[in-house]
Amino acid sequence: MTGGGSAGTGRLLGLLGLAAVPTAVLGLFFLLPVAGMLERGLWPEGSFEPGAVLEVLGTDRTRRVVWFTVWTSSVATAASVLLGLPAAYVLHRLRFPLRGAVRAALLVPFVLPTVVVGIAVRELVADSGPLGFLGLDGTPVAILIGLVFFNVAVVIRTVGAAWEGLDRRPAEAAAALGAAPWQVLVTVTLPALRPAIVSAASVVFLFCATGFGVVLTLGGVRYASVETEIYLLTTGAITGSVELGAAAALSIVQLVAVVALLGVAARLRAVPDPTVRRSVAAPTRPRRRDLPALFVTGGVLAAVALPIATLVVGSLRRDGAWTLVHYRALTGVGADAGGNGGGLLRAPVTEALGNSLRIAVDATWMSLLLGLLVAVVVTSRSRSAAERRVRSAFDGLFMLPLGVSAVTLGFGFLITLDEPPLDLRSSPLLVPVAQALVALPLVVRVLVPVLQGIDDRQRQAAASLGAGPLRSLLTVDVPVLWRPLLVAAGFAFAVSLGEFGATSFIVRADVPTLPVVIYRLIGSPGQLNYGTALAASVVLAAVTALVVLLVERLRVPGAGTF
Amino acid sequence: MLAVLGPSGSGKSSLLRAVAGLEPVHGGTVRWDGADLTGVPTHRRGFALMFQDGQLFDHLTVARNVGYPLRLRRHDRSAVRREVDDLLDLVGLGGFADRLPRTLSGGERQRVALARSLAAKPRLLLLDEPLSALDAGLRVRLAADLRRILRESGTTALLVTHDQEEAFAVADRLAVMRDGRVVQEGTTEEVWARPADAATALFLGYARVLEGAAARAVLAAAGRPPAEAVAVRRSALAAREAGRPGRTDRTGQPGEAGAAGLAGTVRSVRATPDEVRLVVDVDGVGEADAVGAPGWLPAVGDRVALRVDPARLAVL
Repeated sequence: MTGGGSAGTGRLLGLLGLAAVPTAVLGLFFLLPVAGMLERGLWPEGSFEPGAVLEVLGTDRTRRVVWFTVWTSSVATAASVLLGLPAAYVLHRLRFPLRGAVRAALLVPFVLPTVVVGIAVRELVADSGPLGFLGLDGTPVAILIGLVFFNVAVVIRTVGAAWEGLDRRPAEAAAALGAAPWQVLVTVTLPALRPAIVSAASVVFLFCATGFGVVLTLGGVRYASVETEIYLLTTGAITGSVELGAAAALSIVQLVAVVALLGVAARLRAVPDPTVRRSVAAPTRPRRRDLPALFVTGGVLAAVALPIATLVVGSLRRDGAWTLVHYRALTGVGADAGGNGGGLLRAPVTEALGNSLRIAVDATWMSLLLGLLVAVVVTSRSRSAAERRVRSAFDGLFMLPLGVSAVTLGFGFLITLDEPPLDLRSSPLLVPVAQALVALPLVVRVLVPVLQGIDDRQRQAAASLGAGPLRSLLTVDVPVLWRPLLVAAGFAFAVSLGEFGATSFIVRADVPTLPVVIYRLIGSPGQLNYGTALAASVVLAAVTALVVLLVERLRVPGAGTF
Repeated sequence: MLAVLGPSGSGKSSLLRAVAGLEPVHGGTVRWDGADLTGVPTHRRGFALMFQDGQLFDHLTVARNVGYPLRLRRHDRSAVRREVDDLLDLVGLGGFADRLPRTLSGGERQRVALARSLAAKPRLLLLDEPLSALDAGLRVRLAADLRRILRESGTTALLVTHDQEEAFAVADRLAVMRDGRVVQEGTTEEVWARPADAATALFLGYARVLEGAAARAVLAAAGRPPAEAVAVRRSALAAREAGRPGRTDRTGQPGEAGAAGLAGTVRSVRATPDEVRLVVDVDGVGEADAVGAPGWLPAVGDRVALRVDPARLAVL
């Protein structure tokens, strides 16, 4: 320690003070519910009985579900990486008209509500859809398409940001030594990109393995992943009776797997040296040898546009004619079994949109506040190895919600926060808190690199010129931080709008959010209900896309990468 | 071995990159043995480029870095190893084969980069300020090594640099570049002795350029024919105390301008370990730099006698 004893203690207390609020929130609304879920699985009757967990794991259905999760996630990850790499190159290294628009368009699927993605893909592969002739409806391939559609943006953003910052000179050195372009790619460029690729792939795998909305809407009861199986067990959709013990057992398995995966991902994640100023290579004009990459990018763009276009078209057609009837039905409460406007829902769909927006505003300020505190704690300069270890543990702790499935979280809320003194189930803040926690890792990942990028010497320079701590915060940190803060707010807002996994457990029936209503509508019979679900999906997609496009206008480098 | 010397921003790096094929040529052609290479991609030119900071591949060991161009041509494994060992011996890094580039010092990295470039058996080796990232002592040693290695391997090389020491240490011929044009070309000795113009002289390390009457006065004191402009090095004027005959004084007329001497008033004094650096207001010349023997410290305003060393002047 270079500082005196009292100064060191003061720093430590300050650090703990800053960390206290986010830790308390995380403890109460994340660790406690997850622990409650663990308890339900391992101590079913109040005594420790791990046998129940093993029993659940031994069943054929569980084995099938786990295997399905693993292979779909692996295939979807591989496909996302293979499609994302050329697109990342084209969008981040080449110069062409409308590049910004294409980049923004390819980001949209990532923040699209998963339920909407599920419905869009279903429209695409349905017998009446543009790809109906392939007969993919109700097959795992449809789920794969949905997962890739959702995740290819992660690969493009993460690898693209790394590619953009890649020094051109090693590749030039290789070319000058006689390496042909493909040899440069294999021997120099890909090894340099490997950390970003591995990082993107592990996050995509995580998202695929814990993906909820896509798999639920496309796979239903027949093709369940671990995540949707937990949901189906808790709602009693499989056997007709609620099986909380089995659900808890599966949650435990998932938790262990995800924590292990997160650990691996954290180890593999490239930690950029914050003292190195990131330079962005000037994009070049496309050349003939870029044709294959351009071709793949065009394909990815088409593949992203097609489901969305299908969704929009579907929402506008009924009985073979163009109509706005589904949009007019948004003010209604859905159709009953007879197909009349009898009232499937307790509130009109438009009211659900209002609920979603209100909740999203709350979730956004909560996750921003928590995220900012976490980012400040994680990035302040450590003065000792112990302090550094505490900080990195803290960092890892707040990445947990990224991987712990939203369903597990919602399920935990359901079983732990239901009795005094923590009977929060009727609290209007419960849903925003859950959504804020889901969005938190994204917020932290946007803010941390920015804060790390501020050279501490700038603050020292400000101090040496006579600026106090507040003044140096205002003149050094804030000017750099306000745009990333807006970006983080946009992401948090979009995530909250589309959040379905946790919300579906804890949402109050009289204050439903839009994704929950959409899921209700597609799960109910009647053409009007389905059409209304499509129309509501289009509205939800439009709102989130609008938010994301505004965020993209701010052009914060590296936003939305992992 | 040609060195292109120019201040930063003079276009020398662009020239090198254009020769290497990394940047499009906007006018003119790149020719080798009469063949136009303008449209040929970098990897088919056979010109190896060695970067300022080496650009070693950090994910490969030293041996794999050096063997990189050999593996591209699918040489068999044992041949690659033999050749890599030879090259590492040539650059004085035998035994470094399994080290990773990150663990090397700056000078070692440049040696590896040189070995790697030589492994490509280039028709022309392009060197982009290969020594400027190193500290002064190392630069001198490595410059001598570079010259020896390039000679031994019989490699044609084109070096660009802003550092005249580096250019003189390594190259046989010199081209001085300014604002994107070559202003002078010749052997290092020719360029050194006769800079083409005032700006070139200053860039080559001459301290001042004197013109008109000042130039004539200095040349007269040096015993050389008069000219309109002369570039003087800092050490061209040797100062000593006025009124006290120095060992090399021949006129016996201290304090007065003679055939071999000038006189002046000290304007500023700075002592360094090797010499005393003065700025003197020389009678009939104006302000000029001069050096004195260490240990002698004149005060500002003192009169001094000055002797001109004809070898440290360049008539323009």
